[in-house]
Amino acid sequence: MRPESLLVPTPAGLCCPDGGFHIDPVRRVDKALITHAHSDHAKPGHGAVLATRETLDLMRLRYGDGFAGTTQAVSYGETISIGGTTVSFHPAGHVLGSAQIRVERGGLVIVASGDYKDVPDPTCQDFELVPCDVFISEATFGLPVFRHGDIGAEIAKLMRSLALFPERTHLVGAYSLGKAQRLIALLRAAGWDRPIFLHGAMEEITHYYAARMDLGELRAVRDGAKGDFAGAVVLCPPSALGDRWTRRFPDPISCFASGWMRIRARARQHAVELPLVVSDHCDWDGLTRVIPATGASEIWLTHGAEEALVHWCGTKGLRAKPLHLVGYGDEEEVEVIEAATAAAAPDAPTDGSATDEPA
Amino acid sequence: MNRFAALLDRLAYEPGRTAKLRQMTDYFRNVPDPERGFALAALTGALTFAHAKPGLIRTLIAERTDPVLFEMSYDYVGDLSETVALMWPSSPSPGGGGSLAEGEWGGVKPQTPASPITPSRTASRSDLPPPGGGEESTPSLADVITTLQTLGKAELPSKLTHWLDGLDETGRWALLKLVTGGLRIGVSARLAKTAVAALGDKEPDEIEVLWPGLVPPYENLFAWIEGRAEKPASGDPARFHPPMLSHPIGADDFSTLEPKDFIAEWKWDGIRVQAAAGTCPDGRRVARLFSRTGEDISASFPDLIEVLRFDGAIDGELLIVRENRVQSFSVLQQRLNRKAVTAKLIAEFPAHFRAYDLLVEGDEDLRDKPLTERRARLAALIERLREPRIDLSREIPFADWDGLAHARANPAQVGAGPDAEAIEGVMLKRRDAPYLPGRPKGLWWKWKRDPFIVDAVLMYAQRGHGKRSSYYSDYTFGLWRKGEAGDELVPVGKAYFGFTDEELLKIDRFVRQNTVNRFGPVREVTHEADQGLVFEVAFEGLQRSTRHRSGIAMRFPRISRLRFDKPPGEADRLDTLMAMLDAAEQTPSSGGRVLDPAAARTGKRKGG
Ligand SMILES: [Zn+2]
Ligand SMILES: [Zn+2]
Repeated sequence: MRPESLLVPTPAGLCCPDGGFHIDPVRRVDKALITHAHSDHAKPGHGAVLATRETLDLMRLRYGDGFAGTTQAVSYGETISIGGTTVSFHPAGHVLGSAQIRVERGGLVIVASGDYKDVPDPTCQDFELVPCDVFISEATFGLPVFRHGDIGAEIAKLMRSLALFPERTHLVGAYSLGKAQRLIALLRAAGWDRPIFLHGAMEEITHYYAARMDLGELRAVRDGAKGDFAGAVVLCPPSALGDRWTRRFPDPISCFASGWMRIRARARQHAVELPLVVSDHCDWDGLTRVIPATGASEIWLTHGAEEALVHWCGTKGLRAKPLHLVGYGDEEEVEVIEAATAAAAPDAPTDGSATDEPA
Repeated sequence: MNRFAALLDRLAYEPGRTAKLRQMTDYFRNVPDPERGFALAALTGALTFAHAKPGLIRTLIAERTDPVLFEMSYDYVGDLSETVALMWPSSPSPGGGGSLAEGEWGGVKPQTPASPITPSRTASRSDLPPPGGGEESTPSLADVITTLQTLGKAELPSKLTHWLDGLDETGRWALLKLVTGGLRIGVSARLAKTAVAALGDKEPDEIEVLWPGLVPPYENLFAWIEGRAEKPASGDPARFHPPMLSHPIGADDFSTLEPKDFIAEWKWDGIRVQAAAGTCPDGRRVARLFSRTGEDISASFPDLIEVLRFDGAIDGELLIVRENRVQSFSVLQQRLNRKAVTAKLIAEFPAHFRAYDLLVEGDEDLRDKPLTERRARLAALIERLREPRIDLSREIPFADWDGLAHARANPAQVGAGPDAEAIEGVMLKRRDAPYLPGRPKGLWWKWKRDPFIVDAVLMYAQRGHGKRSSYYSDYTFGLWRKGEAGDELVPVGKAYFGFTDEELLKIDRFVRQNTVNRFGPVREVTHEADQGLVFEVAFEGLQRSTRHRSGIAMRFPRISRLRFDKPPGEADRLDTLMAMLDAAEQTPSSGGRVLDPAAARTGKRKGG
């Protein structure tokens, strides 16, 4: 059978007609297989959802109890038959519970990797290489200038700034699910043992992580007194940087942890004072390591900058094409846009996403 | 080099002056000689070597990357050095990346620590060893600079390749900026010297004084600052002497001062400079021109340097004089804006030095002598020089403060003639005062002409930077003019200071509550005849400008008052400014600057 009939791109997302399911659908469908809980992949309102236990939990935290008709948890490696296809979930190394979804029928194997990275992350299981015929890869950082470098050096940069400016709050913008918790874990490993403060928007998710791993002492910003913030690390969603919410902190240094920070113009655009190149996606080196290692002869690309990777695959004798699935984006950009739209509403209480915090 | 690159990287993003200082001082404290000395040279612009051409960089990267991928990347990043720094293969084998060794799976790049970063790597050291590359393959800044100064053109490509192989992303970026001459650091030479001074509680002026006699890597300077050696001797005959500065005079000050104790001079609207010249022990002539902060600006004014035929140091003002007329600051600005100093530029904008004070003559330091004596010696020196490009700043005769007030308001009638447009007020100097560096109390006063003011309407606001990043602190304001559908506001300028912190809070609140549109970081604010916020804007002058929709550009605009009481419909009209300009242009040689009191009548001079 042709791979294009096993998984078909549709306006609702990637569809498997034989199994009667969609993978990461952006519209409401009867049966959804979800790679991970980021909002561009995991939408509420599907009939039945199959995902890892952690992804289901995180969706519930975000959307509430009735986020789907029914749910079924799947473990990594467990195989499930759905209408003539065999499906299994494998660690993607992206965020807690993130999975690549392997779909097989009649010996043809397609892996939809969702978002992934192949470097270690203390907050989630390491990426697993799954051999396949067709590999569906993200291309968020699909240009050779995206090289995330040594994450230890980035954390060291933050630690050095904390030592040099012990009176200033280090306000770190980080995506609420995954990035924030990874930063906490890395800071702890680097020896930062003071309480870390959390913006209201990331408390719940972080406590979910903290129940599964040691993240040290975490405190809510709203429980902190003014004096607590001198020289403290405060984590907030990127959209809260530059918000009025930040005025409670003494002379804050605005830091932003993102793969986009590799590009100077991008960092300046966000008025960031301490850019930290930390990403939960593969950089170019990662993408070009993983893609050929899967053994796939055909590569389908999603998420943005596909053009350069299509060209690169061509030079390696791999067939590649962009999937042009609508609705997927980089989660940070999505968060910033969502915050902006919310704030543009006529009687939004504050200027940004700091909705659960007093101004 | 990686450490220096990391410093540059931090400085590039840091908006605050004190934070920049702390970054630099920390660097100088933790990095040994000679590395830090070369860093100081780079930061102060004291390095000279032939720069690499961008073509060479493109050739090197073309040998290592796919041309299609390079073009896509360059297109995305928009900066050659940055693109190349990021794309350069991190392993020395060209075309590297892509292939994955068996068993390396679980996938870590060789340079990433396998499991949790150990605390010892970070907390205590303020400078980390560079990641990646062995110590010996990482070039030091000292290597790079000393090599570049002697390297033949043919050897550059292989040398550069070797260095790039040994550096990390930021290191490669800094190296490429350095070798192509594109290093823009965002700190002044003065600030870098201030950071060095802070290592040992010294004054930056002390370093300025020594500076012309010092050479990279400044080991004797650091040794003295750290208390390990004597102060380096300054054998330089054309040294900088920290200047004496004035205080603005307030209305209450006059009653405490005796007119007869003071001389008055015009305050010229040029740039304050110091001309120093002398003869070295070997007979060689040296002449230099320093800015107020001690920066050597000789290279920009060769036409003045060649006429500094005296031994000593003179404090004065740099002006442009055409056909015996002092030109306005905007004309001087045009010369300052040009990078290349060509014969045409010099002919078009002839530099002139107007002398205020004599600090040193020959071997004699005059700074302890009273002003009257220094001025007499200065007058005699200039008389002997007979150099048309150097003259003495004249005294303004006055009997009492009212007389001086009259002169200040009417410089054209009180001796300044057509040069009046280049005058920004008067200076008062105590006759018996020695020349003291810094801003001593009670000796020198400046009494500036009043600024122009206009009532304008806030139209757009933009978030500031650094401490102000959560405030709308940059404002675009407009004046009324006749439009197709009745009166409309046209933007006439931008201002981001002049208000107090308390006023900033008020404006910020107003902006947030009256936003009608958003464009990225910019908000459009309600600006209707009956709704909006009026600013009283003070400014120093006007120029015609084709770059602005209003056709004018304001010099030095700032918010002088918030007029929440005033309906925007009552703000000023563009015609008011146009009339000021028209009137000014009827006076000869105005250079477009409005200073004539007759013109000011149509606009408004801010009342005393
Ligand atoms: Zn994701
Ligand atoms: Zn995604």
